[in-house]
Amino acid sequence: MFTAHRGRLAAVAAVAVGAVVALAGCASGDPLDSGSNADEGSATLVVGSQDYYSNEIIAEIYALALEGNGFTVDRQFKIGQREVYLPEIESGAIDVFPEYSGSLLQALNADAAGGTADETYAQLQDELPEGLSVLDMASATDQNSWTVTQAFADKYSLTDIASLADVTEPITVGGPSELQTRPYGPTTLTEKYGIPIAGFTPIEDGGGPLTIKALVDNDIQITNVYTASPNIKSDSLVALDDPDGLFFADNVVPVVSDKVGGKAADVLNAVSAALTAEDLVGLNSESVNDQLSAEKIAAAWLEQANLF
Amino acid sequence: MNLFVDAVNWILDPANFAGPGGIPARTIEHLVFTLVAVLMASVIAIPVGFLIGHTGRGRSLAVATSGGLRAIPTLGLLTLVALWVGIGLGAPYVALTVLAIPPILAGAYAGFEAIDRSVIDSARSVGMSESQIVGTVEIPLGLPLLIAGIRSATLQVVATATLAAYVADVGLGRFLFAGLKTRDYAEMLGGSLLVILLALVLEGIFTVVQRLVVPRGVASQRPPVDRARSARPVPGIDPAITKGTH
Repeated sequence: MFTAHRGRLAAVAAVAVGAVVALAGCASGDPLDSGSNADEGSATLVVGSQDYYSNEIIAEIYALALEGNGFTVDRQFKIGQREVYLPEIESGAIDVFPEYSGSLLQALNADAAGGTADETYAQLQDELPEGLSVLDMASATDQNSWTVTQAFADKYSLTDIASLADVTEPITVGGPSELQTRPYGPTTLTEKYGIPIAGFTPIEDGGGPLTIKALVDNDIQITNVYTASPNIKSDSLVALDDPDGLFFADNVVPVVSDKVGGKAADVLNAVSAALTAEDLVGLNSESVNDQLSAEKIAAAWLEQANLF
Repeated sequence: MNLFVDAVNWILDPANFAGPGGIPARTIEHLVFTLVAVLMASVIAIPVGFLIGHTGRGRSLAVATSGGLRAIPTLGLLTLVALWVGIGLGAPYVALTVLAIPPILAGAYAGFEAIDRSVIDSARSVGMSESQIVGTVEIPLGLPLLIAGIRSATLQVVATATLAAYVADVGLGRFLFAGLKTRDYAEMLGGSLLVILLALVLEGIFTVVQRLVVPRGVASQRPPVDRARSARPVPGIDPAITKGTH
């Protein structure tokens, strides 16, 4: 009886000690404690990334570029989706995060108007909470698109989304379930452009290999593929033009905290200035097709871009 | 707790009942999909199980193979097959048939093996042919264990058939995926509750079937104490059988 009791006490004590240690760890890891003269390159900057391979490569580029300029970087990569990491950035636990202008704008304000890259960027600056800002955006984009195969596009001379109305065969939309209810989803295609949609086929791998195969096999005729996906090139797909801004422009843009001052901002702006859409597709392709690590891909790109 | 109320409200909302994406349509799809997958698995597993049970050969191979099949992650298999045959119902059927084979196979041969050898020897000694032994002795006596195997397979398949919605517009899994992706957790939980409900209904049906398939001769020989103790009779290992009617 006594020993059992002591065992339990020991367990409670162990949990308590563990919790204290963990809390202490959090405290010392708090970037806000590490001084305020971030500008001189002495402070530690926390760079975060989504749990999306392409985003991680961009974050690694930011991290390497900052390190090359004398900053100390703490990498906090693969932090899940926006709902998870946005509060972390807002709380000041993360200082630099690669983001996509339109998607972030929609996450901050579901009713945002969006529009072209510049319009989206301007609205995003207004919507960002106190203490956060965006630096220059890159010309690289990674945005949603309505995508068809080259063969399908050729058959009906498709160029933009509206031209889908000329298609005479039944169009089945494929993609993850949420696509069905998104503001740019099949209902909008019918209501806005008069495109007849025969049905919706759920494919829950988020634009992955199953979705691409279904499109190539003509099981589905259109789907949503990220424009920086290497599959567009390797599988001869066509992302239809979107002149009406159905999708928000999603330029790559670093979201930063107040700790990122002039010098760090200059470094990140130089990266953004150099990062083109073709570069991003190339980086993604090196990850998907060549299976290289984010670090190798990022380092190679910085070298080739003659940065730092 | 609030989420449960929301989920129940979601199930009861008449708006969710209409059309091809409504609850009744999805439930029927789910049920049909489950039954077809179990049927396909039965067509494969039962003859093989009977053969193993009757001849006593290949048992270790069957155990090893079905053990291996059980270890295959269904979603992984589904993705692999779908990458090969394309989207649609083909891949989910293959994946879930593979899931259902091991319990049915085990039920089929275990049912034969559980029969006391002297019963089969007596059948042979009174001049029954091998096919008569299988048809009139081994299958009826082994049936309760076979049904138990099919019951277990059905339960696994009805719960896992939600994966059909991964690559096809079919079944209650649609509510799970749609709810998860749009963070409509009432829909997701509501869909899950419907799957649980369907599983319970099928369990209830199988309980009745399992009682009905116990051969009358075996059931009547069964001591009353034994019947009270076990709701699911396993006649093969019941000593009453060895004093059977033959």
